Amino acid sequence: MSTLQQATATKPVVSAQSRGRTLGANFGFLSVILLVLVIGSIAMLFPFAWMVVSSLKSQEKVFVFPPEWIPNPIVWHNYVEALIYKPFYLYIFNTLIIVALNEVAILLSSSFVGYGFARINFPGRDFWFTLVLATLMVPFFALMVPQFIIFTRLGWIDTFLPLTFPYFFGGGAFNIFLFRQFFRSLPEELADAGRIDGCSDFGIYWRIMMPLCKPALATVAVFTFLNGWNDFLGPLLYLRSDSNFTVSIGLATFRSIMNTRWDLLMAASTAMVLPIIVLFFFSQRYFIQGIVLSGLKG
Amino acid sequence: MLTTSSRTNPFWPRTMAGQRTVIGYIFISPFILGFLFWFLAPALTAVWLTFQEWNLLSPPKYVGVENLQYLINDDLFWQSLKVTTTYTLAYVPLNLVLGFVLALLLNTKVRGIALFRTIYYIPSIVPAVANAVLWAWIFNTEFGLLNAGLHTLGMEKIKWLQRPEWALPALILMALWGFGGSMVIYLAGLQGIPESFYEAAELDGAGRWAKLRYITIPLMSPVIFFNLIIGIIGSFQVFTPARLITSGGPQNATLVYVLYLYRTSFENLKMGYAAALAWVLFIIIALLTIFVFRYLGDRVYYEDVR
Repeated sequence: MSTLQQATATKPVVSAQSRGRTLGANFGFLSVILLVLVIGSIAMLFPFAWMVVSSLKSQEKVFVFPPEWIPNPIVWHNYVEALIYKPFYLYIFNTLIIVALNEVAILLSSSFVGYGFARINFPGRDFWFTLVLATLMVPFFALMVPQFIIFTRLGWIDTFLPLTFPYFFGGGAFNIFLFRQFFRSLPEELADAGRIDGCSDFGIYWRIMMPLCKPALATVAVFTFLNGWNDFLGPLLYLRSDSNFTVSIGLATFRSIMNTRWDLLMAASTAMVLPIIVLFFFSQRYFIQGIVLSGLKG
Repeated sequence: MLTTSSRTNPFWPRTMAGQRTVIGYIFISPFILGFLFWFLAPALTAVWLTFQEWNLLSPPKYVGVENLQYLINDDLFWQSLKVTTTYTLAYVPLNLVLGFVLALLLNTKVRGIALFRTIYYIPSIVPAVANAVLWAWIFNTEFGLLNAGLHTLGMEKIKWLQRPEWALPALILMALWGFGGSMVIYLAGLQGIPESFYEAAELDGAGRWAKLRYITIPLMSPVIFFNLIIGIIGSFQVFTPARLITSGGPQNATLVYVLYLYRTSFENLKMGYAAALAWVLFIIIALLTIFVFRYLGDRVYYEDVR
């Protein structure tokens, strides 16, 4: 866990009190940085504010120029209208099913494969691991068409299978990589202790190492949720009937129907963004850890 | 469990090394199977497909290298390549520099730094579809946020999404809103630089600029390099905004490469030609990656002691 603390602690590039400089000069320098950061933050927040404010305006007030920043009247009903016009509750349900299946698939299979790469010495290991890294570089779009043909042949179009089943096979190169890095950081003595007590390698993986890798599991779980919730292309290719749609496809369809109802469109968009922001606030440290674990520290 | 099987199962290797090999391959077998099913099989299918004419409905027809010949004279192919190249040349360097500068600023001991980091990072995790719908409204000519801003500054409204010369810059601007994504990667890297390096430099009388130039940038070069490669691969595959906001228009000004690939395959049902387009994409990205590794890889500083 030392990496995590290191990552979250602030370590300034410029130490607080440079030698040969007055405290005043440093204070001035930090003030300039603070000013730049404040102005930048306002710019970054504008689109969010615009989205939320628009979502609460009445249909007529949306088309007032220059725009008003305080909606009057505040129309909460936009959210109800937007989310029942298309069956968003169903889209959310579908998305959650896909995400849940992906969580199970990815957490089990990439930790399993990652453990093999991290902890067991066997001929050909480096070759296969290089292949894992190579698949990271292959653009999704390069294999999109043949994959689609294969899934068509399997009769999986308009089911959740193309969006979930492949993840049971390794769960993606990035996740394998992440678990490998994490398992490598655990002390070998633990495995030795297990071995002396008669534990097989599978037992060591499942009973000793997995309970210790909760931070890695949490990180992968968070990113899996993020990817599943945000994915647009996968559902666009494979889901056809309205009752199978995910939130992404639902919102994209809603946009094509509600061309100019920006109040409702912004309400639906806000509703789609909100869970992600909530997720972020509850699991901030795992976002940071994902970046640290992904190998930037060797 | 395994000790019993080693006594009863004649196939179980007797040597320790042999057992480790079997166990190792059992552990990585999901990946091997996945690689065969979802990488190798599609890749071979793609090779076959490149020489076919097939609309998924009638049987495929062998056409030799026709698909590849067609590429040369296909204006839309060249247009999409041009759009994607322009996008990459503008977005990747801007994202790289802005992300790096921001990470430097966010690595200081300013009051409320955690809040600032959050504010800059969050736009990068907004779902792509919601992002596209939001920015379509921001770019709206009559009532959008951006033109409201220009109006406040006393400037004329711009038809962001209706003018060919503005549509692509608009999409680049939108993508740059998410530059916090590269920032956090830099930030993680910056925090790995030992404080003692800076202290030593200060003893030698190094100022802020010297420390940045001779310590931070060299030590950060692997991270910059990583972000460069990720950035190139990502920007060659930008899809959602081009499809949802501009539909590739106006006048194909935002017809990014993968949108053209998508249309060729799933709207025009030219599977063979789409496979040829996919190969071109694969080769371009592979060549760019190799090029970046060859010409910049040597200049990247790696710590040799781990």
